[in-house]
Amino acid sequence: MTQPIFAYIAHKNGVADDSALELIVAAKKIDPSASVTAIVCGNGAELDSVCTAMSAVYPDVWKVSNPALAYPNAEVIRGVLVNLLPASAVTLVPHDTFGMDLSPGLSIKLNAAFVSDVVGIEGVDGAVLKAVRQEFGGQVSTHIHCDMASGVVLNIRSGAFLADDSKASGAVTDKSGQAGDCKAKRRFIEVVAAEVGDVDITKSDVLVSVGRGIEEQDNIAIAQELADTIGAVVSCSRPIVDAKWLEKARQVGTSGKTVKPKVYIALGISGSFQHLGGLKGNPFIVAINKNPKAPIFQVADIGVVLDLLEFVPELTEKIKEMK
Amino acid sequence: MEILVCVKRVPDTAENEIVVNGKGTDIERGDLVYSVNEWDNYAVEEAIQIRDRVGGTVTVVTVGDGDSEEILRREMAMGADKGILLSDDAFNGSDGKGVATILKSEIAKGKYDLILTGAQADDGAAQVGGMLAAMLDMPYASLVNKIETGSGNTIKIGREIEGGNQEMSEIDLPCVLSIQTGINEPRYVGIRGIRKVASVEIPVHGAGDLGVAAGSVGAAGAKVKRVDYFIPPAGEGAEILEGSSDEIAEKLIELLKSKGGIK
Ligand SMILES: Cc1cc2nc3c(=O)[nH]c(=O)nc-3n(C[C@H](O)[C@H](O)[C@H](O)COP(=O)(O)OP(=O)(O)OC[C@H]3O[C@@H](n4cnc5c(N)ncnc54)[C@H](O)[C@@H]3O)c2cc1C
Repeated sequence: MTQPIFAYIAHKNGVADDSALELIVAAKKIDPSASVTAIVCGNGAELDSVCTAMSAVYPDVWKVSNPALAYPNAEVIRGVLVNLLPASAVTLVPHDTFGMDLSPGLSIKLNAAFVSDVVGIEGVDGAVLKAVRQEFGGQVSTHIHCDMASGVVLNIRSGAFLADDSKASGAVTDKSGQAGDCKAKRRFIEVVAAEVGDVDITKSDVLVSVGRGIEEQDNIAIAQELADTIGAVVSCSRPIVDAKWLEKARQVGTSGKTVKPKVYIALGISGSFQHLGGLKGNPFIVAINKNPKAPIFQVADIGVVLDLLEFVPELTEKIKEMK
Repeated sequence: MEILVCVKRVPDTAENEIVVNGKGTDIERGDLVYSVNEWDNYAVEEAIQIRDRVGGTVTVVTVGDGDSEEILRREMAMGADKGILLSDDAFNGSDGKGVATILKSEIAKGKYDLILTGAQADDGAAQVGGMLAAMLDMPYASLVNKIETGSGNTIKIGREIEGGNQEMSEIDLPCVLSIQTGINEPRYVGIRGIRKVASVEIPVHGAGDLGVAAGSVGAAGAKVKRVDYFIPPAGEGAEILEGSSDEIAEKLIELLKSKGGIK
């Protein structure tokens, strides 16, 4: 394949994101012999340390330094990438809140195709890239054929490509001069930290986690009672917070808390990747869900395919009797 | 403020099990319950609240077939002032860029200060808003969970980023924002509300009305094509406990005990 491949390196406090090691693995699925170029935008000493670290993984590192890049504002970085990337570039970006902000518009500005939230790459046939995605919250998968003759931007799901031991002794090239004016019609002000809640779900070894399957606010008591009985804390998925049934500090997931319990009991949670992204440390997962095809059963250790509103009270009673 | 909200009719995953059809060419759509994409309701609610604060109109638009009219009416029952249906056989098989192209052509016919979309829809691609902004040369922000309108030509917005932190920015109008769930509490729509707007006329615009070139939309214009639906091989997967619910509970209790799940 002759199209050049680039990886956008997300980083914070001078340390590259885990995605940096995953993107190069994804890139090699497109072209095993590709010489992948890492693009690192930022400022100052933090930028330098990320570039140094990346040169041990990527054969080429493009460094773009500008005070306006100290915080990754996708509106600014899009302009930078449009200035830097050659025609027909294949550009890999992590599918996180930054990549979601950057990439759709980037593909338009580059006149490239865009494939979002890629979970698999099955190869290239001429100028056709074969990728795998998921739809309906992970309930079904799809094969995608993408015409990448005039380039493509791929947003890659975190954890879908496992980091390997890619090693390089790459050269860092300073591309700051070609970055353009680094101005945009959206100006970053500040990051406001998420609210601290009454309960710290990250401290509990056992979590009883409720999802949309709980159906009504009053039913949360069912989960609370189970949690009280077994000495656990109640956490939840995002829709429960959106409905204001529980506070944000109890939400597990990429836009909530990252938890590392020993035991995780998921009640009526489908198992979206954003939810599972907050579940670390390989806990023992019990999923109670009435849909046998719910994606949560692919990651759970133990599954119960029943209506939680009937089963959980029964379970709680039994534990109480036993005690 | 003139506000346009782009909405989509989707199978409601909270109501349906999604099943792939025999040939893998589509999902089984026969018995599906459809509704407005979850994220879009938050976008429409936000638009209505802004309009009620600063004045203006809220228009809802969708690219879809005749069935999509029902969701426009639902959003009008919520309080949107107008609905527009963009529908044409030539639009079938559009990829994300195609949908954005169709919307852009409609937007070019009006004058909007603020264009909202849901952060994502049933295919989880989260792409139309960002593409639309780039086509219109407007600034964009995704995953917006706060909007503060002021008096000038800028507004202050918050984006929800990792960990639930909020990235605050100032953005120039006109702009495109994709809305994240939780930004507000979408109002309930009753049967009466829907009945009230049942006879409001909803204009339908096709490729000709919009002046979109045939090859730029639909299957012909799509660089990104879905070739099939499939269920990936189960892999390891969970051990599913079998038996009566009584037996299942007993087995589960033993397992939980052994893993330290019962204190
Ligand atoms: C940028 C972004 C960030 C996000 N961050 C997060 C995050 O941090 N955390 C998070 O959780 N989500 C997050 N989401 C949302 C995520 O995509 C899903 O929408 C969400 O996780 C779904 O929650 P759920 O599983 O509770 O609901 P659903 O997907 O609706 O699943 C409900 C489940 O309950 C089952 N069920 C229904 N009734 C019953 C019953 N009576 N008994 C048993 N089972 C029943 C159903 O079969 C279904 O599987 C994010 C989304 C975006 C776009």
